[in-house]
Amino acid sequence: MSSTIREKVDICVVGAGHAGCEAALACARLGFNTVIFTISVDSIALMPCNPNIGGSSKGHLVREIDALGGEMGKNIDKTFIQSKMLNVSKGPAVHSLRAQADKQMYSLEMRKVLESTNNLTIKQAEVTDILTVEDMKHIDDMNEIIPYERDMSNQEIAGVRINTGAIYECRAVILCTGTYLNARCLCGESITYTGPNGLMAATSLTSSLLNHGIKTRRFKTGTPARMDGRSLDYSKMEEQFGDEKIVPFSFSTNPDDIQKDQVSCFLTYTNEETHKIIRENLDRSPIYAGIIEGTGPRYCPSIEDKVVKFADKERHQVFLEPEGLFTNEMYVGGMSSSLPEDVQLKMYRTVPGMENCKIVKHAYAIEYDCIDANILNLSLMFKNIKGLFAGGQFNGSSGYEEAAAQGLMAGINASRLLQGKEPVIIDRSEGYIGVLIDDLVTKESREPYRMMTSRAEYRLLLRQDNADLRLRDIGFEIGLITEVQRDELEKKRCMIKSEIQRYKNTSVGANNRIQSFLLEHNSTPLKSGSTLAELLARPELNIVMLTEIDDDRPSLPDDVLKQVEIEIKYEGYIKRQISQVEAFKKMEGKKLPDDIDYDDVGSLRLEARAKLKALRPSSVGQASRISGVSPADISVLLVYLEHIKNGNK
Amino acid sequence: MRGINPPLFVYMKNPTIAAIATALDNSGIAIIRVSGDEAIDIVSKLFITPSGKLLSDCKSGTINYGHIIFNSDVIDEVYVSLFRSPNSYTREDVVEINTHGGIYVTKKVLAVLLKNGCRLAMPGEFSKRAFLNGRIDLSQAEAVMELINSENDLSLKSGISKLSGSVYKKIKEIRDEIIYEIAHIESALDDPEHISLDNYSEEIRNKIDKILKELTKLSDSTETGRIIRNGIKTVIVGKPNVGKSSVMNVLLGEDRAIVTDIEGTTRDSIEEGLKLGNINLRLIDTAGIRNSEDIIENIGIEKSITLCNDADLILFVIDSSRELDDNDIKIIKMTENKKMIILLNKTDKDMVVSEEDIDKLMSERGNASSTYHIIPVSAKENIGFDELSNVAESLFIDTNVINSNEVIITNLRHKANIDDAILSLNSVINSIELGMPEDFYTIDMMGAYTSLGYIIGEEVDDDLVNEIFSKFCMGK
Repeated sequence: MSSTIREKVDICVVGAGHAGCEAALACARLGFNTVIFTISVDSIALMPCNPNIGGSSKGHLVREIDALGGEMGKNIDKTFIQSKMLNVSKGPAVHSLRAQADKQMYSLEMRKVLESTNNLTIKQAEVTDILTVEDMKHIDDMNEIIPYERDMSNQEIAGVRINTGAIYECRAVILCTGTYLNARCLCGESITYTGPNGLMAATSLTSSLLNHGIKTRRFKTGTPARMDGRSLDYSKMEEQFGDEKIVPFSFSTNPDDIQKDQVSCFLTYTNEETHKIIRENLDRSPIYAGIIEGTGPRYCPSIEDKVVKFADKERHQVFLEPEGLFTNEMYVGGMSSSLPEDVQLKMYRTVPGMENCKIVKHAYAIEYDCIDANILNLSLMFKNIKGLFAGGQFNGSSGYEEAAAQGLMAGINASRLLQGKEPVIIDRSEGYIGVLIDDLVTKESREPYRMMTSRAEYRLLLRQDNADLRLRDIGFEIGLITEVQRDELEKKRCMIKSEIQRYKNTSVGANNRIQSFLLEHNSTPLKSGSTLAELLARPELNIVMLTEIDDDRPSLPDDVLKQVEIEIKYEGYIKRQISQVEAFKKMEGKKLPDDIDYDDVGSLRLEARAKLKALRPSSVGQASRISGVSPADISVLLVYLEHIKNGNK
Repeated sequence: MRGINPPLFVYMKNPTIAAIATALDNSGIAIIRVSGDEAIDIVSKLFITPSGKLLSDCKSGTINYGHIIFNSDVIDEVYVSLFRSPNSYTREDVVEINTHGGIYVTKKVLAVLLKNGCRLAMPGEFSKRAFLNGRIDLSQAEAVMELINSENDLSLKSGISKLSGSVYKKIKEIRDEIIYEIAHIESALDDPEHISLDNYSEEIRNKIDKILKELTKLSDSTETGRIIRNGIKTVIVGKPNVGKSSVMNVLLGEDRAIVTDIEGTTRDSIEEGLKLGNINLRLIDTAGIRNSEDIIENIGIEKSITLCNDADLILFVIDSSRELDDNDIKIIKMTENKKMIILLNKTDKDMVVSEEDIDKLMSERGNASSTYHIIPVSAKENIGFDELSNVAESLFIDTNVINSNEVIITNLRHKANIDDAILSLNSVINSIELGMPEDFYTIDMMGAYTSLGYIIGEEVDDDLVNEIFSKFCMGK
């Protein structure tokens, strides 16, 4: 195929899933002429698996994306059909918002946003090649590449070529190919070479990447079946409702605007009969039969995996979740599978309420090409190709939210590169986005990476409720947050500060009114005077209760009160984490020179030396997180740094 | 970033070191170990085989016969073992020279090596390198150093049991328990709809109490550990003319076994190590104690109190041929709450003070009979001192602990880490009692897990995530 079409733009984004959309929007909003390529315009912001956004730690990511000026939070606020704050009985660090989405609406609304964004063009095409500056010198007038010897270690991006042969020249390319590269779907013995949901796979780009020194690997994931809602008997299941008071994802959404009727989900369970059918048919599962080569995620195991690995569990939960308001399709959460269709039907029909179920879409496993993100910088740019960035599932992650977060950062940093500015790196103490990217880029991963609150060392500081306080200023500095938004935040910050001060300065006497208030709330009476802050610190009391005895409380928004309560209640723990962060920042601040020769550093263990040479971490802090680099190696590095600092190199 | 101070040699790439690796005695065979990048080259220059084959051409893991020759002088007939990196103790190139000639010749071989480019190894440096190169874990490396340093039977026992990994095993067990519980909490936080924490705080409380008991036991065993390794700090007290010098002389004796001669903490006192049965004593010998009968008068009452306070063991000498008086009472006062052995001396004379008299005096001063031991001795006739060593041993070494092969922590760094872990777990208990949500527990549980990891040189890495996925069934 050849063509003579050549277009010139600033940035090309390959793929229009959750990563691609955020990347393209960020670039276009920052003023760059951007093209977003998708295999099908009908698959923009497609949710090919679970019909929800958020959840534990993923909800945090959505809030952070919003704080930085991304789109996901706003889009789910427009299209959710049920909303729930998870873990409310636990500490504030692990409260997490999750919303069921109307999948079709989510996709349509995002498409509308893309289409109405200046500087942004949507193009339905398959990108087949990335082109470097050197490649451009070897292209004939029919846009064909004349083979030549490449220096793969030091390249610069110059454009992409699509399946028609047309070339788009640009200064930055962001790869967000999701699960489409050389995808194949497996359902028992049936194998189809398609992307998710029967969409066309992208079969050319992998070899172009390989030709530019980018190695790929094979990951797999899977999705459960979708049922015809009319064939299910919900009376045999437990109904799961949304929250009475709906909290929006976006800091820009007014909560009053989104209170609405919600749809329900339904809970049922597998049983011994289900497990028996699965065990008897394991030999027909492509995973157990060894047909699947990709590595699957342990955190969302197929039902066959659950039955095999947790054999002593008598039952597993099954959540039936609506896919949208314009369809009766129900997602069977908890029962993803790659067993053949006939086994699936038998297995699903053993579950109470699903005895007569009809499958609209059967469950399948999908395999795809992705990279080991260790070949990226923390800015998400390839170490060996200037201007080439990557985000999303292509980087070895999983999940819509993880993808969107990377897409946003890749978009931001591609723009920064074109602006001639330093990249924006969110570190592990600033956001889950920082944890996510640092983990992907630094650590070894053998399966699709999912965000978890336990991965965040400083999670008490990285709460979903304070994402705006943590990141809005950075968003403003980048240019995705308006001055008005920034000023509002500053106002909020002042209110929080002065209210905390008022709490600490307001004395409470041991008078009858206070004592009876305390007794009423099962709290020990005061022996002497105290302050409002000290009362609020008591686990059994909260800021709402204190309204009773706090006569001078100014009228403040709920989100301000929330911050005041958390800051006072958990002050001791928060202080401890802040001091840990200081230690962390110290190590992050010890930068490793770009030209450091690890062969010159004596006494590094062989494994550590090899890892450091391959990864080239930017700081001692990052080096310490590389597996295979021990504390002793870090000591050696520190001593070496001191040594060369003193000019003794 | 704690615990490990990189040695100076990090500036260079594995300079070659050499040292005599076996005990230096006249038992005939000694081994000189050489390790480093140039180990093979240096020895090759000095080692001549009958066939003329060079050592650098020999295979790893072979033992080769030949002679060490320097400046045309045959120094010794030797066997040379060759271990190429990384298949050696230090993971560097290692050459071991088995000499036959006793102390003199062995030292001469070493001297030749040093002349030809080796540097004399610092104490424990081979182990240090083995550790830095990932050959052995931290607790094993430290045990090796203790083996090198200790001549003591009991220390040896403790050292060997640690080498076989008993510290590792115990700490690992406790860590496994902790990480399992953290994973339980975390998986419930990540997937609240699949995994519940109902009634968990009571369950976790019991588990942490149990772990705390075990850690406390480990921490307590460090006291024994320190004493096994360093010896028992011992002070001899008594009023004038009760026979302190004679007791000293008996203890130190003509054929005394001096283990160490270390400068003490003050200018005017030195410690002398001696071996009493199975244990080491570090006798605080003050400037005056051996010349003058009267330690109190000579060095002042305050100094004496300080010495007694620092001591692990007080040997209180009483003259059984003279009535007890105020001076004895003063000393009893001075030595309150100390492990004490009362030596009722001069049993060769007519005894006017009986064990009952002392018991009476002690109980009047409020000292329970379990806090001290009385041993009738005669320093002059050297009678009763076997009993002293038995009593001292029973005071300091819980023989049950030794015999049942319980883990003894023999290192202060270990103790500090264990104590950190105890502190963290106490914070967890505190959080539970305060009614904090479960996610607050894991902060300190992770702290304990990390502290214990330092002991066995293990990091946290992805332990938690792996534990969550392998032990708890997550949703979707």
